[in-house]
Amino acid sequence: MNSTFSKDFKKNSGRMSQDLTHRAVIKKALGAYEIKRDENRSKYLNWQEARQAASEIKWEAVNHLDRYLLEMTKNLEARGTKVFWASNAEEARQYVISLAVEKKVKSIIKSKTMTSEEIHLNGALEKLGYDVVESDLGEYIVQLNEEPPYHLVFPAMHLTRGQIKEIFKRKLGSDTSDLPEELTMVARNIMRQKYLTADMGISGANFGVAETGMISITENEGNARLTTSFPKIHVALMGIEKVIPKLGDLAILLPLLATAGGGQQITCYNTMIGGPRQPGECDGPEEFHLVLIDNRRTELLADAEQRDALHCIRCGACLNVCPIFKNSGGHSYGTTYQGPIGSVITPHLRGLQDWKHLSSASSLCGSCTEVCPVKIDIHHHLLHNRRNAVTQMPVWWERIAFKGFSIATANPALFQLGIKIGRVFQPLHFLIKGTLLDPVRAWTQTRDLPEIPAKSFRQQWKSRQ
Amino acid sequence: MKVHLYVPCFVDQLYPKAAMAMVEILEKLGHTVEFEEKIACCGQPAFNSGYWEEARTVAARTVEGLESAEVVVIGSGSCGAMLHKFYPELFKETPLAEKANALANKTYEFTDFLVRKLGVTDLGAKFPHKITYHDGCHGLRELGIKSQPRQLLEKVQGLTLVEMKEAESCCGFGGTFSAKFPLVSSAMGDGKCASALETEAEYIVSADSSCLMQIQGLLTRQQKPIQTIHIAEVLVSR
Repeated sequence: MNSTFSKDFKKNSGRMSQDLTHRAVIKKALGAYEIKRDENRSKYLNWQEARQAASEIKWEAVNHLDRYLLEMTKNLEARGTKVFWASNAEEARQYVISLAVEKKVKSIIKSKTMTSEEIHLNGALEKLGYDVVESDLGEYIVQLNEEPPYHLVFPAMHLTRGQIKEIFKRKLGSDTSDLPEELTMVARNIMRQKYLTADMGISGANFGVAETGMISITENEGNARLTTSFPKIHVALMGIEKVIPKLGDLAILLPLLATAGGGQQITCYNTMIGGPRQPGECDGPEEFHLVLIDNRRTELLADAEQRDALHCIRCGACLNVCPIFKNSGGHSYGTTYQGPIGSVITPHLRGLQDWKHLSSASSLCGSCTEVCPVKIDIHHHLLHNRRNAVTQMPVWWERIAFKGFSIATANPALFQLGIKIGRVFQPLHFLIKGTLLDPVRAWTQTRDLPEIPAKSFRQQWKSRQ
Repeated sequence: MKVHLYVPCFVDQLYPKAAMAMVEILEKLGHTVEFEEKIACCGQPAFNSGYWEEARTVAARTVEGLESAEVVVIGSGSCGAMLHKFYPELFKETPLAEKANALANKTYEFTDFLVRKLGVTDLGAKFPHKITYHDGCHGLRELGIKSQPRQLLEKVQGLTLVEMKEAESCCGFGGTFSAKFPLVSSAMGDGKCASALETEAEYIVSADSSCLMQIQGLLTRQQKPIQTIHIAEVLVSR
């Protein structure tokens, strides 16, 4: 009933929420983002209409996924792209591994792809002896620090410059100050060599355009461009929900993603890839493989109520405003996708009973839904997950409690009696406050209780009549 | 107008002063206030926990009990959102669907009712204090209540409103969430209290007693020099 994942989350989120240093680091990191986001959001003639337009594009794509995926792959294949349809993580991993074996690959460079985290690709490749290097600076830092990304857009958001300096010193033997410019140069020098020696480049895809048969990659460091063009083989991993109908759709989706995700007007590099090197072209990879990943996305597609969760463009805006995320920290989730959207989709991707606790870990404040650039009804889906989990397998003591609640509220006098008993005993509460005997310990651990007034509204109303 | 005052269960038992203040205001404006004693709760705790069947049993008593009410006013954005927004979903495709929709359409949060429905902002109140306002999430994001309480407070004599940073961020209460994840909930509340304290206000005012219970609980425990008060109590101050 109470899965290990749930226990871990409760323990870790509780611990992190008391960590004042962590709280300050995240507040500072997001403070800068908020200012830029608001500044760039205000440049839109109408931000709400832009969100509506983007959500309609994604609605059209997600509701006609069969058609658009085939259109995209047909166009890509016509230019020599090898498309592989992976129904699950295992199939996707095996395809990449077999390809690496067949092509005698030794060294692999990667640009940012959350889908590879989802299918645990790095671990599988490293186990077989491949040298795998993340080229996105944030990803590289957490890779060196041997931890998963903290945030789906800002993987190293939880680390300070001083900590990054120490990680570089420990792992790379560098001796620099903690100035971002100097730290970046350390990573850059290593990375440039890796691009030249890597036999395979693995990337993600932010969008797949059906009309033209292209994938779109958006980034700020230029590392994805080098990852996808230097090595002889380029493999792109893409969730099937990333397809969009038209090239023109990017005109709204790319700036929206940049503003919501990074507080930017547009990201520094936007690349379109439609196939491997074509006859007569002097550069580009010899082979381009696109791995399309389902991994239970089609199950979410079948759920009409929550289908819009597939609109997600992985911008991370919902994480950035989520008070649960900010206080619990990205690592507490134990998921590939953290924050509100992760709490919605993880139960679908990895099992409702194991991951339902994330849907309960929300005050349902709705900040996530308010900022989502593609208008996913995030916080209401948390309610739907809670309902679905109970319908599937109610928790026995909760069911009894709510049956009792339903009986008590049927009879206001009974309810009144309960409170009366509480009032009588409240002066003695201090004797057990915070101990195991305290029935309201969860509350009184950190907070005082209000004093129960002598007369309820009900009683006062009656005496007025 | 005959106004049915819906008093949330915890307001009834823990914050009767806020509800009495609403009665006073509505009567002063010339309306007849009604109160249905048979109704104890809107069912939100069960609904939010996923126990929709149990929630429906509780909520059905509200839907049926308020069938004849002309207009329903609730002094809580949270319970207001339950009746206005979630009842139609809860009762969708059930025999009570139509009645639930009808109830949703005649239900107003207290400040929204005064400002938007009645067009009243000046209640002749006097409250010579510096205050800051906390927007309850359900009122703000489910019901769109932002300017209504501020319009009312603006007309209160002697009152100075200082907006806090992140006035719109959650206090961390979230119903059963506050007990299921007490430490995360309290950490969220700490952020809210810190923002409020920065304003150096004497009072944190809100239209939601549940948020105020969370905030006051933390403030009392930490012995902070600021008090919480429901907006209705400010609006009856002389």
